[in-house]
Amino acid sequence: MRDAMPLVTALRDPASVRALDGHGWSALISIARAEQLLGTLAYQLTDADLPPYAAAAMADARINTEYQQRSALWEADCARRALSTYPGRVALMKGTAYVAAGLIAGQGRHIGDLDIMVAAAELPEVEGLLTGKGGWEWVKEDAYDDAYYRDHMHELPPLIHKERDRMIDVHHTILPMTAKPRPDAAAMLADSVAADGMDGNMRIFSPEDMVCHCAAHLIADGDLTGGLRNLWDYHCLTREFAGKNGKFWENLEIRAKRHQLLPAVQRAARLSAALFGSDIPQSWDRWNRQDKHYIRRIIARDEWGRGTQKFTRFLFYIRSHWLRMPPLMLARHLWIKWRKGH
Amino acid sequence: MTGLLPFETRYRAEKAADIIIRPLDVMTLVYHRRSGITHIVAQPVPEILLAMAGKVMNAAELAAKLAQEYDMDDNADVHAVLSERLEELASLGLVEPVHAP
Amino acid sequence: MRHEFRVRVGPAAFRIGSDWAAPVRQMRDLYADYPIADFTDFTVRLEAVSPLRRFIRPSVAINGDYMLPDAAPLPLDQGLLAAEMGMNLQMALGWRRQLILHASAAERGGKAMIMTGASGSGKSTLSAMLGQAGWRFMGDEFALIDPVTGDAVPYPRMISLKNQAIAAMRSAAPDARFGPLMHDTPKGDIRHMVPPEEAISRMDERAKPALLLFPRFGYAPAVREMGAGEVFMRLTQASTNYVALGEAGFTVLTRFVEQVPARAIDYQSGEEAIALAEQLWAELA
Repeated sequence: MRDAMPLVTALRDPASVRALDGHGWSALISIARAEQLLGTLAYQLTDADLPPYAAAAMADARINTEYQQRSALWEADCARRALSTYPGRVALMKGTAYVAAGLIAGQGRHIGDLDIMVAAAELPEVEGLLTGKGGWEWVKEDAYDDAYYRDHMHELPPLIHKERDRMIDVHHTILPMTAKPRPDAAAMLADSVAADGMDGNMRIFSPEDMVCHCAAHLIADGDLTGGLRNLWDYHCLTREFAGKNGKFWENLEIRAKRHQLLPAVQRAARLSAALFGSDIPQSWDRWNRQDKHYIRRIIARDEWGRGTQKFTRFLFYIRSHWLRMPPLMLARHLWIKWRKGH
Repeated sequence: MTGLLPFETRYRAEKAADIIIRPLDVMTLVYHRRSGITHIVAQPVPEILLAMAGKVMNAAELAAKLAQEYDMDDNADVHAVLSERLEELASLGLVEPVHAP
Repeated sequence: MRHEFRVRVGPAAFRIGSDWAAPVRQMRDLYADYPIADFTDFTVRLEAVSPLRRFIRPSVAINGDYMLPDAAPLPLDQGLLAAEMGMNLQMALGWRRQLILHASAAERGGKAMIMTGASGSGKSTLSAMLGQAGWRFMGDEFALIDPVTGDAVPYPRMISLKNQAIAAMRSAAPDARFGPLMHDTPKGDIRHMVPPEEAISRMDERAKPALLLFPRFGYAPAVREMGAGEVFMRLTQASTNYVALGEAGFTVLTRFVEQVPARAIDYQSGEEAIALAEQLWAELA
């Protein structure tokens, strides 16, 4: 099969890797690397009885995960220090939040940049603290990109730390301003909770908001690159939260409606149920004819780690830009990118 | 000595378990477990980190603690030197300024 | 992919997939004596930049598990170089089992001499020459240091010779097998040399690091002692995975610096370098 199902199967049923031969392992590892799920896979297989070559590769992946997570938590802590005089709330997002909160979704989770969210009105203050004593600076001084980010995006242009060479994305909401759903970012900050081991004003989203963000990230933002990883996040988050709180699904529905994200959350639920066998509330489990396209796109990866289904990919690329930006704005954006040779 | 002024910045240092100090000829290596960063430092940085490990101190308190354990040059402006080192260590994340409650 | 080649070099196994037959044919030929891998740690893909470019002015994009977004493609007649660069990149970015030093290495009597330095220092040629002078060649690009034992683990990939070193090795090792001469690569002329038979048959035999050299080509012969602090700093800069290994990296590298004597050597010819290395080996190793 020329798709990422070997990885889906291994994540869903770790014991299934016993059937793999050397070639099967090579393919599994390449697919997992391409989907940035190798660390996750390695943690799923921690106690598995593996052939020595696979055990060695998984041990390498765990070393790499420890490195990424150590660096990510340290970056978060550096941001906390830089913002120690800022009175507002700072929410850690995505992988760093999962790891800081000790969630199952954080086990082996790949983490790149640091993502944080603050109140939109206070962006200048936060920006000032980070670029002042904090030691971060703009990645590029480019008037167009800058204006683009500020006018249309849900985050500041990326900042990079002068010495540590690590990026931080400062968000003020979870979706681009041009996207149709308007999540209630203020409510997300207001209902955020203290992150364990992070003192001060560093927060993480409430369980329901964390899932809403994950689903928004998967469905409404971007061209589904990294879709499998986001879907695995969704699977792990909902399983853990529903296991701890019997009213989780009800609360999630209420919350998702408030953020105008119920369709996104429900779609994530259907896709995750289809691929990973996740639990799904009965009333959400309705067949949708678009779903199969999403699934095809999400697992479009061959045994060499190459993206397949170029045409579906292209459709999703266009789609992701239409979702973010009204058509004229899109044309202008692409034109400026072409002319500048990006 | 100005160190007893109440507004002097106090710093919290990393716990001893979070750092590994390894002397290497004239330099000393400091491996910082939480960040995974290796620092190459000279005297009196290792002494400062050992004296402060897990504690909160300002430069004056640190000077007093170091004076108990090491022979200090009476003429040198120990307090000024320590203030500077503490600021540098704060920028590396090995100590953290503690803001008044 | 259309064409595929799997090979193990020391502890690391690769599969190279290619849109074209030629690079894979050349690799099969040069790597004929290496073990064929069933499981592979890394995947390298030599891909046409677009479907048409498989035939018209064929241009090889170097892809794989790890890729550089701004890596320029190479012309097809440099496909072997593309494969080598791809394999290097996988090791540099993905290997975590041992500390990687950007260094060459050679073994004698169970002990290893490790040579590190920037491009142009001559470390690669030096290791190739030692391989012709009674030493076992262990690798010309990466020295792998085991974090538990401190041993040097061989990584005897194809020796990559540049510019003047090509003619020098042709005369020093007339019986060796060489790959095609590639002109006008991003690094000038390049030609690969198959390591001596012993280097391949003993690729799983480790050695205790006993001497570390920082060679520098083009200066009057000289030997300089180096402080441990300087050595440590330069080795962290020469390592692609020191930071990623965390505390294990710190432990193995500090132990290495404390236990292995280090010298900087300047030289103007291969003979001078070998003589200096032999002399220091006799004194220190």
